[in-house]
Amino acid sequence: MRPFAYTRTASSSAAVATVTADRDAKFLAGGTNLIDLMKDTVEAPALLVDINALPFGDIVEHRTFVRIGALARMSDTADHPAVVRIAPAVAEALLASASPQLRNAATIGGNLMQRTRCAYFRDVATACNKREPGRGCAAIDGINRQHAVLGGSRDCICVHPSDMAVALLAVDAIVRTRGPRGERSIPIAAFHTLPGDTPQIETVLEHGELIVAVDIPISRLASTSTYVKVRDRASYEFALVSVGAALSVRDGKIADARLGLGGIAPKPWRALASERALIGVAPSAAAFERAAEIAVGGARGYGHNDFKIPLVKRLIVKSLASVAA
Amino acid sequence: MNLVGAPIDRVDGRRKITGTARYAAETPLPGLTYAVMVESTIPAGTIAAVDAAAATRASGVIAVLTYENAPKVEQHKVAGMTDRNLPLLQDRIVRYDRQPVAVVVADTFERATDAASLVRIRYDTSVPALSLAHGSGYHPEHSHGDEPSVYERGNVDAAFAGADVKIDRTYTTPVEHHNPMEPHATVATWDGDVLTVYDATQGVFGTRSRLAVAFGIPPANVRVVCPFVGGGFGSKGSAWAHTVLAAMAARAVKRPVKLVLARPQMFGSVGYRPATIQRVTLGAKRDGTLVSTLHEVRSQTSIFDEFVEPSAELTKMLYAVPNVRTINTVVPLNAATPTFMRAPGESSGSFALESAMDELAYAVGLDPLEVRLRNHADSDPSKQLPFSSKSLRECYSVGAERFGWSRRVPRARSMRDGGLLVGMGVASATYPTNRSAASALVRLSSDGTAHVFAGTQDLGTGAYTVFSQVAAEELGIPVSSVRFELGDTNFPMGPVSGGSQTTASVGNAVSVAARSARDRAIGLALGDPQSSLHGHDADAIDVRDGRIFLRDRPDVGDTYAAILGRHPQGEIEERGDARPGDEKTAFSMHAFGAQFAEVRVDPELGTVRVVKMVGAFASGRILNAKTARSQYLGGMVWGLSMALHEITRTDARSGRIMNANLADYLVPVNKDVPSDFEAYIVPEDDPNVNPLGVKGIGEIGIVGAAAAIANAVYHATGTRVRDLPIQPEKLV
Ligand SMILES: Cc1cc2nc3c(=O)[nH]c(=O)nc-3n(C[C@H](O)[C@H](O)[C@H](O)COP(=O)(O)OP(=O)(O)OC[C@H]3O[C@@H](n4cnc5c(N)ncnc54)[C@H](O)[C@@H]3O)c2cc1C
Repeated sequence: MRPFAYTRTASSSAAVATVTADRDAKFLAGGTNLIDLMKDTVEAPALLVDINALPFGDIVEHRTFVRIGALARMSDTADHPAVVRIAPAVAEALLASASPQLRNAATIGGNLMQRTRCAYFRDVATACNKREPGRGCAAIDGINRQHAVLGGSRDCICVHPSDMAVALLAVDAIVRTRGPRGERSIPIAAFHTLPGDTPQIETVLEHGELIVAVDIPISRLASTSTYVKVRDRASYEFALVSVGAALSVRDGKIADARLGLGGIAPKPWRALASERALIGVAPSAAAFERAAEIAVGGARGYGHNDFKIPLVKRLIVKSLASVAA
Repeated sequence: MNLVGAPIDRVDGRRKITGTARYAAETPLPGLTYAVMVESTIPAGTIAAVDAAAATRASGVIAVLTYENAPKVEQHKVAGMTDRNLPLLQDRIVRYDRQPVAVVVADTFERATDAASLVRIRYDTSVPALSLAHGSGYHPEHSHGDEPSVYERGNVDAAFAGADVKIDRTYTTPVEHHNPMEPHATVATWDGDVLTVYDATQGVFGTRSRLAVAFGIPPANVRVVCPFVGGGFGSKGSAWAHTVLAAMAARAVKRPVKLVLARPQMFGSVGYRPATIQRVTLGAKRDGTLVSTLHEVRSQTSIFDEFVEPSAELTKMLYAVPNVRTINTVVPLNAATPTFMRAPGESSGSFALESAMDELAYAVGLDPLEVRLRNHADSDPSKQLPFSSKSLRECYSVGAERFGWSRRVPRARSMRDGGLLVGMGVASATYPTNRSAASALVRLSSDGTAHVFAGTQDLGTGAYTVFSQVAAEELGIPVSSVRFELGDTNFPMGPVSGGSQTTASVGNAVSVAARSARDRAIGLALGDPQSSLHGHDADAIDVRDGRIFLRDRPDVGDTYAAILGRHPQGEIEERGDARPGDEKTAFSMHAFGAQFAEVRVDPELGTVRVVKMVGAFASGRILNAKTARSQYLGGMVWGLSMALHEITRTDARSGRIMNANLADYLVPVNKDVPSDFEAYIVPEDDPNVNPLGVKGIGEIGIVGAAAAIANAVYHATGTRVRDLPIQPEKLV
């Protein structure tokens, strides 16, 4: 870890101004991701602005939505009755994430901003375009079992690690931010970006822009949502593949559907075409299989991760069947 | 003698729980400085240039040692099974990725860590040898101890050619790293030419001799201290580079130095279980009896040292097979030197052999347990000696009964639980009983307590506890009156705590020392006119609760406290030495066991859950049923881990380990280990093995466990996974 300066503020405008003014400054929330990366010298911010004193820790249910403050802890969010009722997939995804100790420390804002677990990104002795643009990607021909089968580029095939973000896709969440140029509301599906030839850019946030909350609109669809995850051990492990799904059925036909996929792409992946294909048809194994087939259209494996393509298809079918039941 | 000793709590438990047990890294010394190793980032080549300027300038830095300025030390081992050739900054050659190439010493740990990241090294790279499958190998002289690496009895080729049923399969196991909770750590301090080292080690005497060789000083000038070890599993059985480098740095900066490995460095230079490629062929008759077994083992070693994973040793003796050939080949790679890891050989080898036995069972249409019974070896077919004792049949039957083996429907993929496939598997376990010379010292004091010293180690196994029990039993005093000290080269010599030999070696020495102390105290009483026992016959005496009395007239007696109170020195000291006798020439000595596992497999996702595991083990006399059970269960968890989780992933191009942390190197979490998880102790009386009648218990728990799970997975799915670990992609 390199030496760094540290400051703490209770004012969001001061936090935004301080980070905006310094290219090498970063917000510090739970620190479970950032401090790790600093220890590995993957990140070396000159200044940490501790935001834990900002008033964004609450979860409040409003008439049409529930607002989860950016500093709400993963554990508190997972246990919150409004979240459990309004967006079960989100609670399930959080409980399937990390460990109790980490969930007690980690925040919702930090969770959305956490960086990939790609082993090459995390090891400064190896080549990674995300860490050092232009240096190359050691994962494409390397150990790529955990890597993306959709949405990758020649420069980067990492996967986004957040479980919660995948579940948020299934419930139409909105990310609220405050930045140097004011406030914004960003639909979760538009929040993360694909690597293309700029893998160092991962979200639409500007430098110094602060997440203040995540809003989940109250809907019947969201209340049906579920999250399922396949991983190499029973707990405390990132997804090999995961699915956040929601389905509403009216008069024997699927009225609306959401399908978020995790562990397979550099960003939480929304399977929009699959959702469209589901709407208007009767829920059936055949319909779910077709949706799954559409979801992996254009997918490609890199050797070690080929299995993710059939695996995610099966998981899609399984989870759609379970929400339809 | 009771076969199973009292299941008392660990005598050091309170100290561990309250944090007062002091581990090596916690040794407080005045003026302590902090060393951090810098490791290579290439697997093969030479150091072209070192730029240590920024590191040297960084605040708090006292020294930066590289091959350019490091003091001269001896890199090569002299002898000894646990000694290793070590990379000690003596030359510019890089032999593996993560090899130590510099050591930074600073006034705080944080500053040393930061400065270490500033050392810039330029390399001239050369082509590394990285492939176990394709690299060229050789047959080492020995596979293990004095065992030849190529062994044959009978004629395997002829027998196999003529066999009714033939199994010919290849099994592979990956590199695995021990990852004890306590990282390796050394605190070193010099006083003139005398070195004291507080080290996390499984062998204080081995570390002492390796340090003496490195610095060219007599062993008597080196003291190694290690009262507690936070797990070792073999990785702390040898003195590795960091221990010598810490002492080297302390000498260079003329202050005490602490060097603790960071978790990623635990994947660097402290050993690992090498990957294996194992071919097993079984030739059998229709009735399942074996006529031939071939076990070829290919394992990796480093280009600068030799370690052989002795995976085929158990194949020589586990079943009554007339024709057996085992062959070990090692392939030198640009990788760190592998080492012993919990049941080295038996764990990896049993995965192959016991999977093959399962394949045979299906091929001949017999219950896998029945196939094993039909090939039971009543005596050791390789040594042609009787077993000192063997209770494998009892292990099979106790295990089968506790597990509920009779529930198993023979056909594969025939049992279901809702949408999940159900499978049950079994495997045999065995582990040799080892023993080395060891000594102990017992001091009986006028307060009636005994202070016992032995230069052995407690890896968390319970050595403190069982040796206290042995001393208490021999002396006839309560366990609470025994104070046991270990882990110091100032104490009588003990062997490395490896090969499950500690209890058999040191336990017998403690027993001898305690018995002599008791006999001497009795002698004092009998010869002392002030004692009510004066003039009585030693044969008529019994001891209990610190009181020596006449067996026939318990009211006539004297206490240790009183006897020694009248003794001019107020205490007596007796030393006990124990060494193996000729039992090895008369008997084959092994512990045995049986492993049973039940799994649920999701047929669509390929995920495996172990829902039940039962082990039954017979290891001679058990000194403490509680600590023994923990050893067995711990071994079984290791087997589960080996079956489903553990794999060190090395980049095939760069030779760099890419999951060198505990988030990416998986071991089971609580949720992976079912609550239905039990080890049963099968009572066994072995009068031949050693005076205490004990066999090793630390390693047998892992043996066969991975095979039992893999066999259960086959039974559930009909898919045979021959390549560990078993992961979803191998099943769907
Ligand atoms: C061993 C381990 C296992 C894990 N397993 C899982 C898992 O299974 N599933 C899963 O989803 N996650 C997992 N995680 C990741 C964990 O969820 C994240 O580390 C955590 O959510 C990050 O939150 P934090 O508050 O600690 O963020 P920090 O580490 O404080 O910050 C992370 C990043 O977010 C930025 N940031 C923080 N807050 C804000 C804000 N309000 N606005 C703008 N930027 C902000 C920081 O500047 C930093 O760049 C695991 C982590 C570990 C260490």
